[in-house]
Amino acid sequence: MSQGYDADEHGWYGGAGGFGGRFMPEALIAALDELEVAWQKAMLDPTFLHEFESLLQNYAGVPSMLYEAHRLSDHVGARILLKREDLNHTGAHKIRNVLGQALLTKRMGKTRVIAETGAGQHGVASATAAAYLGLDCTVYMGEVDTERQALNVARMQLLGAEVIPVRSGSRTLKDAINEALRDWVASVDHTAYLFGTAAGPHPFPSLVLSFVRGIGDEARRQCLDLDGRLPDAIAACVGGGSNAIGLFAGFLDDPEVAIYGFEAGGDGVETGRHASTIHAGSVGVLHGARTYVLQDEDGQTVESHSISAGLDYPGVGPQHAALAASGRASYLPVTDAEAMDAMALLARTEGIIPAIESAHAIAGVVKVAQERQGETILINLSGRGDKDMGTALEYFGLGTATGEKQ
Amino acid sequence: MSTSVNGVGIAYEKARADGRAALVGYLPAGFPTVEGGIDALKAMVDAGCDVIEIGLPYSDPVMDGPTIQAAAQQALDGGIRTTDVLRTVEAVAATGTPTLIMTYWNPVERFGVDRFAQALYDAGGAGLITPDLTPDFAPEWVEAADARGLDKVFLVAPSSTDERIAMTTAACRGFVYATAVMGVTGARAATSDLAGPLVARTKRAIESSAPGLPVGVGIGVSNGAQAAEVASYADGVIVGSAFVRALLDHPGDLPAGRRALTALTEDLAQGVRA
Repeated sequence: MSQGYDADEHGWYGGAGGFGGRFMPEALIAALDELEVAWQKAMLDPTFLHEFESLLQNYAGVPSMLYEAHRLSDHVGARILLKREDLNHTGAHKIRNVLGQALLTKRMGKTRVIAETGAGQHGVASATAAAYLGLDCTVYMGEVDTERQALNVARMQLLGAEVIPVRSGSRTLKDAINEALRDWVASVDHTAYLFGTAAGPHPFPSLVLSFVRGIGDEARRQCLDLDGRLPDAIAACVGGGSNAIGLFAGFLDDPEVAIYGFEAGGDGVETGRHASTIHAGSVGVLHGARTYVLQDEDGQTVESHSISAGLDYPGVGPQHAALAASGRASYLPVTDAEAMDAMALLARTEGIIPAIESAHAIAGVVKVAQERQGETILINLSGRGDKDMGTALEYFGLGTATGEKQ
Repeated sequence: MSTSVNGVGIAYEKARADGRAALVGYLPAGFPTVEGGIDALKAMVDAGCDVIEIGLPYSDPVMDGPTIQAAAQQALDGGIRTTDVLRTVEAVAATGTPTLIMTYWNPVERFGVDRFAQALYDAGGAGLITPDLTPDFAPEWVEAADARGLDKVFLVAPSSTDERIAMTTAACRGFVYATAVMGVTGARAATSDLAGPLVARTKRAIESSAPGLPVGVGIGVSNGAQAAEVASYADGVIVGSAFVRALLDHPGDLPAGRRALTALTEDLAQGVRA
């Protein structure tokens, strides 16, 4: 256990009054307390843990494999290992979190789940877990995102979930969270909120980490099995930061392993159109936690921008904020263009089409590898790119067959 | 109970001496404009509000329903700044009616907690209502408020345990805000059956934790009859969305909006005296 990096009993990272905490309406405090107690009991209950593990194995396809990307390695000059979370059921690491939270919901005797979603990956995963466990499911999704990710809306609907487009504010992920919280405050007696990332009020950041930390724990074991040693560096993309914290958790207590989080740089941090919350934001309170936030002088949340809906969030999980402040992890921006180049690079060197979110991690490693030639770098390939083909089609001008018979 | 010079305690005491509940009226600042909002709030004072709550418009108002969201968005679109909210407080507090700010926490933290408390004090404001800040996460605000005798109004809800109600009421100054429905702000046709039991539990806690602390109830009241019902068991009747609605229903016609606000205030003021 990485004791020094965990939250204290009030959800503070990096000491009381630091990052995290619980800035929430009193009406939801009882529900958060109830959730915290149920979760802590479940994590000590071998039956629950066994059920979670076997569900991950038999249903979600976990542990995901560790894959050595030879041709990509040749290209970047460092040895690249990919943690293949893109091969999980529903196509991303998100399934781990929702299966854990949905099992907990069943255990608590609640019959309905709500979720917010940006790219739609967490919504699809939530709808999947709800279908599997026979729970009612409502997903809030910013209207802008329902248009960007229509295919995922259809997936959720096919899985039996109700998808509600959110038309308030910037009509993206942050507003979907607001609307889900509004639902929850009125439905908390029978409804669980499946929070989609390792952010929000205590206990969500710790709770989500407990369900996704398998990524890092498995990767650490897999690295030792493969090489007999740990990688020199690990990397992941960071929006809210659940895939990243899941990977990082396995290596926090290994100071010789450098840790990189890559945030969405959008059009470039200098343009103001980005989602690089840690790199370019400031400390504030958003969605129940103190963390880095994109905000104006008066503390109004500023809209984020990224070509990747899953990273398009003006906040970030509080544990990442603490890891950045302590210097244990480095957080750097990757632009839309760099991410799209990396998407094509991975497709052409390895035959793997990554989610645009995960492509940010690839792109970031291409850059930092310039100073880490010959080293071993582990990247969490958090999701697959099927859902992003619409964006890729438009960005690269694909889809029209122009080749000629030789 | 300690009361401060500009605090709401005096207004509650006066209402109590009259054998009635206090009427607490809310509007967000900057709605429909900064000056128009000041004018509207003064109309509410003139027509019988005992305490005024001024909302600080925020980009992510998770506890607000569509009506207040729409008004706050209009204020934000109009470019409202935190300093405009403080200016609104100053103008309304100058009428002699105790004036609180109701605000989500981040704008205060961004302004600087101590600096905000000083600016509020300098403007003649009574204190803060903090819908997403509970006393257990409020040490900085409690210190800043206590240093200046500002009111600290925290919320209790039907889901609050007795233990939390005791902790919350002990931390309040001015009054305790009972959100008597489980849900976001907004006018409701029927008053909730959760309110009576919540107020009873809150009053029991107050007996030992904060003797004399008034209980204000926010429950979606929109007319005098509902106000009378709530006044039968609460010390204060808090009305927000109905006032906002009165202005939203008269877009671009401030005199008509003002008349609607006055009529609504008079109806509610009769209700709390019934």
